[in-house]
Amino acid sequence: MTEVLTKRKTLLEARDLHVQFASRGRKARAVDGVNLAVGEGEIVALVGESGCGKTTLARTLLGLERPTSGQVLYGGAGLDYGSRALKAYRREVQLVLQDPTGSLNPRHTVYEAVAEGPRIHGLANEEEIVRDALSRAGLRPPERFFLRYPHELSGGQRQRVVIAGALALAPRLLVADEPVASLDASVRGEILALLLRLREELGLSALVVTHDLGLAWNIADRVAVMYLGRIVESGPVEQVLTAPRHPYTQALLSVLPESPEPVVLTGEPPDPTRVPGGCRFHPRCQVLGVGRAAEVGVDGKCKGEPLAVLPAVPEPQVACHYAAATGS
Amino acid sequence: MTAPIDTGPAAEVAAGLPEDRPARGTLRYALTKVGGALVSIAMVIVATFFMFRLIPGDPVIAYTRDVPLSPDQIELLRKQMGLDQPVFNQFIDFVVRAVRFDFGTSYEYRRPVMDLIGEKVGSTLLLTGVGLVIAVSLGLWQGTRAAWNHGGRFDRYSTAISLVLWSVPTFWLGLLLLMTLAAGIGPIPGMFPTRGMDSVDAPDGFAYILDVAHHMVLPCLTLVAVVYAQYLLVMRSSLLDEIGQDYVTTARAKGLRDDLVRRRHAVPNALLPTVTLVFIHIGFVVGGAVTVEYVFSWPGLGLLFVEAIKGPDFPVMQGAFLVVCIAVIIMNTLADVVYHLLDPRVRAA
Repeated sequence: MTEVLTKRKTLLEARDLHVQFASRGRKARAVDGVNLAVGEGEIVALVGESGCGKTTLARTLLGLERPTSGQVLYGGAGLDYGSRALKAYRREVQLVLQDPTGSLNPRHTVYEAVAEGPRIHGLANEEEIVRDALSRAGLRPPERFFLRYPHELSGGQRQRVVIAGALALAPRLLVADEPVASLDASVRGEILALLLRLREELGLSALVVTHDLGLAWNIADRVAVMYLGRIVESGPVEQVLTAPRHPYTQALLSVLPESPEPVVLTGEPPDPTRVPGGCRFHPRCQVLGVGRAAEVGVDGKCKGEPLAVLPAVPEPQVACHYAAATGS
Repeated sequence: MTAPIDTGPAAEVAAGLPEDRPARGTLRYALTKVGGALVSIAMVIVATFFMFRLIPGDPVIAYTRDVPLSPDQIELLRKQMGLDQPVFNQFIDFVVRAVRFDFGTSYEYRRPVMDLIGEKVGSTLLLTGVGLVIAVSLGLWQGTRAAWNHGGRFDRYSTAISLVLWSVPTFWLGLLLLMTLAAGIGPIPGMFPTRGMDSVDAPDGFAYILDVAHHMVLPCLTLVAVVYAQYLLVMRSSLLDEIGQDYVTTARAKGLRDDLVRRRHAVPNALLPTVTLVFIHIGFVVGGAVTVEYVFSWPGLGLLFVEAIKGPDFPVMQGAFLVVCIAVIIMNTLADVVYHLLDPRVRAA
């Protein structure tokens, strides 16, 4: 977690990405201008509350959703949505979802689940790949799991099977959408340790989508905080989580048990069909609310002047008028 | 904050796996189900006995019809039919016979009921069997397509049409088809026979098969039209459930083509609920589609049943009723066992 600022080669990048949905006659701007880069061997945590667009962003990065505008770049080249190119891309970037029970076909054995990827891509030595992937995922001896059905396994074992299924394709990047949220606390640590070990052993990059700051702290090199379709603060994990500059990040951190006084956000929960003007966080902002923004004279800007989209750089950065004015 | 996580190799986690389960589980499950089915059949036999004795109408009068009888003759008949015995003795007698598939002699045909049922069951199985196969294939195919293009034009039209046909009264649709396609209306000539299963002057061999098929078109069409909607709707909603599952997304993310995702993952799992439906319908196949058989005078079990009610021909009613009930119970049991074999989750429970 220390060599954060050393320049890594960018593996996957979102460039000015927008994804919109039609939602009950209105346009939902689920992802509303995001620049984000994941370097080789890097673990990036994408943090935000539910409905902030982080899952949509992850799905778009995987090519499961098409962006309305903007681009997904892999290895510097724009993602090609032709079926052949997309299939090749799928070998490189794999998905791990939150609920391992739902992620596994209940009528397929562990072997079939893990062997599916190699079969789709016509890899040789299928059984060897499966055995290897299962033991890498910590399911040993792998043969004992071959003929098991998902319902015979524990939640942690199931998530290991899902991860093994992803590893079987020898990807370079894992996109994990809340990988431990549905697991018992005791199992979480094991799965996170597994992700870290895979990074060490295989140089695997990961984008971990989570609402859990503790998880981000434990495994990520870099963290990006997302609010209502946009990244509002990003940077090395120590920096962002120990000295948060955006009021939203501060509020998220303030509700952790170690924190002295929690900041409870007021106002309506964010709605991607109605993104407020000015700073998109201003209706709920506690800094603006208590008048500290007015003290430095930025309250007008907060309400009226939109912020620029943050670039995809590893250095710490924040999209906030107050932070910019006070230089904090 | 939290202490850093130990990244050492994870412990072996094969511990705590259930032992390998032999096939004995399935056999035991099947035996339990068969036991339950036998209990159900016993209860149906008991219920049948009392139900048909509660129906108003004197069997002797029904048996003799309009033949004038002296009170002595009536008394004699009562004795012959065992009606002079106490109800309990009659009941025991009934059960003993029922277990041997002996449901007595038809009042109308003066022949054993089982012979009559045996004669009719073939034509019923032919009609409803063919109808069911068509309805299942049509329903499942349309349901799959509708769900896969959820909200699209095919989805809306096929669902709407099937619902309309499902809601239409069977006899009305049958009569409508009879009036138009069989009798002929306006410029449309009568293309199909109006009644029965074969022509009076039916030829032998292959030509006979064609003749029966010709007779079967309209009844079969009616049957399919009113039944296939259930398959369509069950398949559609069940497939929609499966499409929303994460494992479908996972398979796509592994690079599986959409049509293969559908064929390998979504459809096989979505088919599970329709298995039960198919078996329940197979049970009813034996009973025949009473309305359809009646409208088209199809000489099957359904028609036999209706004629028996008109009599009233109590032994035939009883026999047909029991045979249908038992068929439904057997098919339900089979459905449970088949489901058990198909779904590993049920197997574990």
